[in-house]
Amino acid sequence: MAITLNINGQDRQLDAPGDTPLLWALRDDLKLTGTKYGCGIAQCGACTVHVDGQPIRACSTPIEGLAGTKIVTIEGLAAAGDHPVQEAWRKLDVVQCGYCQSGQIMSAAALLANTPKPTDADIDAAMAGNVCRCASYARVRAAIKEAAGMNSAAAPAQKG
Amino acid sequence: MTKHTDLSLSRRGFLLTSAVVAGGFAVGCSPASGAKGGAGAIFNPFVRIDAEGVVTVIAKHIEFGQGTHTGLAAIVAEELDADWSKVKAEAAPADLDVYYNTVFGKGNMGTGGSSAIANSWLQYRAAAAGARAMLVEAAAKKLGLAASDLTVKDGVISAGDKKATFAELAGAAAKLKPPAEPKLKDAAQFTLIGTDRVRRLDNGEKTTGKAIFTIDKKPDGERTALIARAPKFGAAVKSFDAAEAKKVPGVVNVVQVPSGVAVVAKDFWSAKKGRDALKVEWDFANAETRSSAQLFDEFRKLAATPGPEKVQSKGDAGAAMKKAARVVKGTFEFPYLAHATMEPMNAIAQIKDGAVHVWTGSQFPSIDKPTAAGIAGVDPSKVTIDTLMTGGSFGRRANFQADFVADAVAVAKAMGDGQPVLVQWTREDDMTGGKYRPMVVHHVEAGLDKAGNIVAWKHVIVSQPVLAGTPFNPPGQPDGSVVEGAHKSPYLETVADHDITAHYAQVGVPVLWWRSVGHTHTAHVMEHMIDLCAGAARKDPVAYRRQLLAKAPRHLGALNLAVEKSGYPKSLGRGHSLGVAVHESFGSIVAMVADVTMAGGAPKVHKVTVAVDCGIAVSPNQIAAQMEGGLGYGLGAALYDQITLTNGEVDQNNFDTYPSLRISDMPAVDTHIVPSTNPPSGVGEPGTPPIAPAVANAVLAATGKATFKLPFRPA
Repeated sequence: MAITLNINGQDRQLDAPGDTPLLWALRDDLKLTGTKYGCGIAQCGACTVHVDGQPIRACSTPIEGLAGTKIVTIEGLAAAGDHPVQEAWRKLDVVQCGYCQSGQIMSAAALLANTPKPTDADIDAAMAGNVCRCASYARVRAAIKEAAGMNSAAAPAQKG
Repeated sequence: MTKHTDLSLSRRGFLLTSAVVAGGFAVGCSPASGAKGGAGAIFNPFVRIDAEGVVTVIAKHIEFGQGTHTGLAAIVAEELDADWSKVKAEAAPADLDVYYNTVFGKGNMGTGGSSAIANSWLQYRAAAAGARAMLVEAAAKKLGLAASDLTVKDGVISAGDKKATFAELAGAAAKLKPPAEPKLKDAAQFTLIGTDRVRRLDNGEKTTGKAIFTIDKKPDGERTALIARAPKFGAAVKSFDAAEAKKVPGVVNVVQVPSGVAVVAKDFWSAKKGRDALKVEWDFANAETRSSAQLFDEFRKLAATPGPEKVQSKGDAGAAMKKAARVVKGTFEFPYLAHATMEPMNAIAQIKDGAVHVWTGSQFPSIDKPTAAGIAGVDPSKVTIDTLMTGGSFGRRANFQADFVADAVAVAKAMGDGQPVLVQWTREDDMTGGKYRPMVVHHVEAGLDKAGNIVAWKHVIVSQPVLAGTPFNPPGQPDGSVVEGAHKSPYLETVADHDITAHYAQVGVPVLWWRSVGHTHTAHVMEHMIDLCAGAARKDPVAYRRQLLAKAPRHLGALNLAVEKSGYPKSLGRGHSLGVAVHESFGSIVAMVADVTMAGGAPKVHKVTVAVDCGIAVSPNQIAAQMEGGLGYGLGAALYDQITLTNGEVDQNNFDTYPSLRISDMPAVDTHIVPSTNPPSGVGEPGTPPIAPAVANAVLAATGKATFKLPFRPA
């Protein structure tokens, strides 16, 4: 089917079966590869994007219901890549392999948009759907607090 | 290299050659070959400097999260006195005789055994020091001064107000003769290494979605293939019916390959739908059909008697056991584990004009390259491998069949159309596809005298060997994947009468190394047994360890640092208990103190205090990250994970049935580095082994119950 999706502020036309998950429309049709495939069943969050400001799992969201929505991917989170969450991520060296981090950042950005000063429980709830097999979670938590302007517990290793 | 590092590496069972040292210094005078064709002056295979003064470090080791690209770049920047903000890293081509791992030996290019920084340490320093000397010589000529009058700092060579930059000098300098024996800095002169200025070089691309992984590469004309794989290990394709699959829009072809039947399509979703429509009949004649319960029964029976492999023996353990005042016994069980990398296995291959081009996360180019050549029927010199950013490995991408590369080349060959094809494993393919950490059973008996000292130790290990028949298992040595960590344990040094044997079980399930290999199970057994013995002896587990480790100063140093920083024996509060473990792997020693509460019979880990002795700390921040990640990886597996079989079929296939650690179960981690002047040893794996026993020991302290079986709370 022909469908128009508004992605990162631009209307994009594509012709794909309506049951195509948004993930594969983004990656294979539109070549927006920052959004990642991890599980295909909304269990890992590597494919997290924003639809009308809410974090959703693109791997399990068919495109047929998305006309008229505003979709934001990691590529569109901040034109210069300088969203406070991205800045905090870099400051604290959060990433390891990096494969899950687009999804982590999109979930964190959605959290802070709704809850500017999140508690640990807020962070646990908002980030529960994002798996990081490198287990960068301690830094994810610290970077969310850093981006929120809260005291960060991040402390690199000390000698001795 | 000092004795310390040499010993620790040989303990890995790798093929040690004189290349460890020779390779280190030979590079300074190597011909300038091998570096990729990027812009800039090539000083040697490892260092290139362009007209803007940007230093590119050619990284012979894959970057899959462990920070090796950053570490190698920092080593070069240090010896070069480069401006760290103008240093970047680039993956080396699969030029096996240039970019080999000096621990594995010439021709063996690969990343593993937490050896990346350790084996590169002298080699990359020499490469950088040689380039620096050439730059200084060029500067001396340009400025009309003696080389000895010049100082180098942040990419600028100067004397007083006369100066020249790397950018200005690189072209002329790279043409000079490299010094035969470049002079390396003393550790005391380091200004970058060991500081928090060493930050990840890939932060920018990995926080903006711009990093290119294999799944993102999309060379022109790329197609995507999914392979229908046998539901049981060892089964084969009997027949298939592709009619319905070929009707799916976007499907290009359906071809049989050694690992199954491939549906090739214009994109992933078409390939997925095509594969769903494919009908395959399987031949199970040679398939493994046993279930996990049956396998554990068989393993337990074997563990009840000494094994044919005599691992380590001293005195008469049987006689000493009979004289012991009391005996502490345990039979430990560990399940199969999947690596479950975030990026499921994949590779792209193109066969065109008699040449093969592979794009993938190649952890062992020395296996991937000849494998690709063999399948395509070309000489290995006709194979190009582009190693891309890689979404984790934990050992999975280093295997002797190069399965994920073989798939892509086989499909490209079967297609025969010269187009690049991405073979993408789904999460289900990846999780049910084998190459697991083997299941393991240990039976241990420790005899104590009246004072609580360990006077006898009998230990039988049953597991599927991972290394047998490979160069990683030298003849006459026990298989490290089964015994390392128990074999040569410092605790046994103090036990006059001890005996370790092993049974090598044969199961038709493919197994592989998994982050920290044999230590994944032996650390749990050894460290939990020590707490069980301490309990029987009515001694504090830390004091008990200090006594046993009196002649193991590095173990003691790490243990004492972790204990001191944790505040042991004071926990975080009421209802909390502490557990301690210390274990050596890959030349590094890691001690942990875990602070745990019990909830519904299962542990909840709140904080882990870590002390690591990994020699000279190149990047303290990345060492801490690897301790956090290593223990998080081990904790997720220990808490919930197991791969089980029912009549030979794997029961788990995605993160709903094989859960990953999530943020709510990640403890706070406080990492401390033991000051050291030894050469660097690894940190990618050593953070994994101690976490399960540290938690088990905290559970023991809280409940009095031993943890003989992992996971703690099966999904």
